Amino acid sequence: MLFDSCLFLLLVSNFLLLATPHIRQMTKYTALQGILLALLLLLFGHTILTVAVLLIKGILLPGLLWHTQKRLPPDSLICPRKLAAFDVVCGMAGLAFAIWLDDRLIVTQELFPPLFLSLGLTTLFCGFILIIGRIKAITHVIGYLVAENGIFLLGMPLMTKGTTWFELALLLDVFVAVFVMGIAINRISDSFASIDVARFRSLRD
Amino acid sequence: MSLFLLSLAAFAGAALCCLSLAVLRPTRQRARLANLLGVLGASAGSAVGLWAILSTPFATPLEVTLPFGLPVGACTLSIDPLGRLFLLPVFVLGALTAVKGAFSLAHELTSHNLAVHWFFFLMLLLGMSLVMAANDTVLFLLSWEIMSLAPFFLIDFHDSEKQVRDASWIYLTAAHLGAVFLLALFVLLWQKTGTTTISSPETISIISGFSPELRSLLFVLALLGFGAKAGLAPMHVWLPEAHPAAPSHVSALLSGAMINAGLYGILRVTSILSLRSTPESWWGWTLLVLGLATALTGIFKALAQSNLKRLLAYSSVENMGIMLMGAGVGLIGYTTKNFWMTTFGFAACLYHMLNHAAFKGLLFLGAGEVLHATGTVNMAYLGGLHKKMPLLGLLFAVGAASIASLPPFNGFVSEYLLALALLDAPRLVGSEQQVGVLLSLVGLGVISGFALALYVKAYGIPFLGTPRSGFSRTVHAPTPLSLWPLVLLALLCLLLSLAAARIFPHLAGAVSSSFPPPHTWDVASLLQDATNGLSTICLTSLGLIFLSLLFLLFRSILLRGKKQEVRGTWSCGYQESSPRIQYTDAGFTEPSARFLKTLMGVTATVRLDNDIFPKESHLSVSAPPRLIRLFYTPLFQGIETVCNALKIMQHGKIHIYILYILVTLCVLLIWGVY
Repeated sequence: MLFDSCLFLLLVSNFLLLATPHIRQMTKYTALQGILLALLLLLFGHTILTVAVLLIKGILLPGLLWHTQKRLPPDSLICPRKLAAFDVVCGMAGLAFAIWLDDRLIVTQELFPPLFLSLGLTTLFCGFILIIGRIKAITHVIGYLVAENGIFLLGMPLMTKGTTWFELALLLDVFVAVFVMGIAINRISDSFASIDVARFRSLRD
Repeated sequence: MSLFLLSLAAFAGAALCCLSLAVLRPTRQRARLANLLGVLGASAGSAVGLWAILSTPFATPLEVTLPFGLPVGACTLSIDPLGRLFLLPVFVLGALTAVKGAFSLAHELTSHNLAVHWFFFLMLLLGMSLVMAANDTVLFLLSWEIMSLAPFFLIDFHDSEKQVRDASWIYLTAAHLGAVFLLALFVLLWQKTGTTTISSPETISIISGFSPELRSLLFVLALLGFGAKAGLAPMHVWLPEAHPAAPSHVSALLSGAMINAGLYGILRVTSILSLRSTPESWWGWTLLVLGLATALTGIFKALAQSNLKRLLAYSSVENMGIMLMGAGVGLIGYTTKNFWMTTFGFAACLYHMLNHAAFKGLLFLGAGEVLHATGTVNMAYLGGLHKKMPLLGLLFAVGAASIASLPPFNGFVSEYLLALALLDAPRLVGSEQQVGVLLSLVGLGVISGFALALYVKAYGIPFLGTPRSGFSRTVHAPTPLSLWPLVLLALLCLLLSLAAARIFPHLAGAVSSSFPPPHTWDVASLLQDATNGLSTICLTSLGLIFLSLLFLLFRSILLRGKKQEVRGTWSCGYQESSPRIQYTDAGFTEPSARFLKTLMGVTATVRLDNDIFPKESHLSVSAPPRLIRLFYTPLFQGIETVCNALKIMQHGKIHIYILYILVTLCVLLIWGVY
């Protein structure tokens, strides 16, 4: 029951991420996803990883994002509302595609609990949609985190004792990536007075 | 086989030493050391390699698989009679051109980083040796890549000149366009046979089960891929650009040994595709027609050149065409079960390959000496060099006579073998086949005739007559000591002719190992017939040499004690002759250009003074590279336009780039499901 609720909440959090135009709100949902992932890991019985995921995905990374947002002007933290609606539609399509794939990817049937694969793929797609659909650099970081959450979900049932280190390495990788992006966004806002990625085009050769 | 591995190790070891010298700051001492290391590595490796292939029975295949494998494939080396024949020019020219190179580069100790040059020279030798011996797809492609990349840096030696830089880029583009087809060929072969071994009984039996369409596809890929290296028309455009730009010892090695790798590839692939199944009849015809077209293109273009090295480069195209004609007629014979045609055709191809290595090596090194002595290879400025450098003149004359197929030199023997193969046309079934092969014989006659005219020009204009300009008036004549590699090559030209009867059975053996004859064919009787014919040629050649020597002796006896008067050549009885009265290279070409204008792509410009007392007239002949202007330039411009149009996708919007990733991911997932 708890397991299914976690899955449901993760799915809802995905759509909430897509639906909200406020970046502060998105950061909160990212933290929620981190906590839900940690909870799922606990249900799978990986105690060490639970702590690590809770610390990194639930607290550290959203904290870092929150800290970055404080330095940015408030009007740069809102995305156009029209885009958010479009993103939700795309997310729905992603969900439908994931369910369609879930029926057909035969090899994974025994490995994944019901709906787990669909959720993993949906989360991955939602991450991509966030990156594609929003134009702020910080939403790219959030999208990257969400996509990584999807990969993490897909990797979770495959975990055995040995792969714990692999997952930890993945976490470290994400941590470093977000850290670098955090610094980059700070620097971009300092240099360009905007974190709008569309303006990066001027840097093209 | 261990000796062969030792030779490879010598090349690789010396290359590594040169590389370590190359990274240090170049000084005169280091350049001298690199020069010494390079020539020692190349000649020691070549000598050991030569010993390795000549000390064991010619027909015995050597094979070894090195314990350290590649990530994919295996380090399997195998030397069969065909490989042995193609390794001969690599080692002989490798050693001789290295020695000649060391002599020439001794004047450039401070202007270039010689360690870099020798590193790539040794890598080229290593690559060529490996290509001829590799029996594994992956190893072959790696060796091919080493062999193809090294010349880029060698051609680019005088990289301060724009023309040289352009030539090396043209070479690199041609080499890699060919490599694309080879990659497709070997990947397809690997996929369909399930093994990376190129030639083994298992691979051959799998290939014999292929459909005719698949085998034809493999043949076409081989022809395109290896043809680009061999200089097959219309893919020959890199040769006349690269050879004049490269240092002469490099041109000699590229022309005499490296382009052979293309021919080797075509023969090897055709052999494995035909070993247990009859080849398609159009394969042989394609080779014959392409060979004829290549030879005609080469000779016509060569005739119009005034740059001696460019002329020699086009002549390489012509000679490669003759070799392909041999391979074509051999394959036609193999398809139609005509043993005579098969043996003589392929043997002519292989013999001409050996001969070409000898005389083209000699001629390119000779052209290098002319360049060094006068500062130019433009024939319009040269003349009378024979009087100033008699030994070089004599050696160049030997090379020119050999390549023009004049007896008693080696070029005659291989073209004679090819003519014998073509003369067997009446035994083919169907008049269209008979006429086709006989027309090729006519083509061969035309090519030989023009080749004679070409080399009369190539030798006559720079070496005979009187100097046409200041270039040939003050020459830095080479020391006789520095000419000994050329002397050896000239002797080789003579030896390859006089020993033809002894060499032919080895060639026939190589042909039988790659294209085995059915048991019904009377091999011994054919060999006997051929050996008898070649022995007669050898005897006649010896007689000719003896008569010439006798004539010279007789002349010196007659002239003894008599006063001799020296007059300017071409003075023709004029009291006040001038160098301008001589035939120029343009004047030599213009009559043939008049009726072969379209075929040769030649433009002759004549400016005549029509006054009663004409003052000055001018004639120039030029052969602009039509193929580049009319075909390759529009082709590459078209490709550039398409590539530029694709820049729409490269718009700088990062989120759209990520959309590409998402779309690819979805497509892959859907593809995975179905």
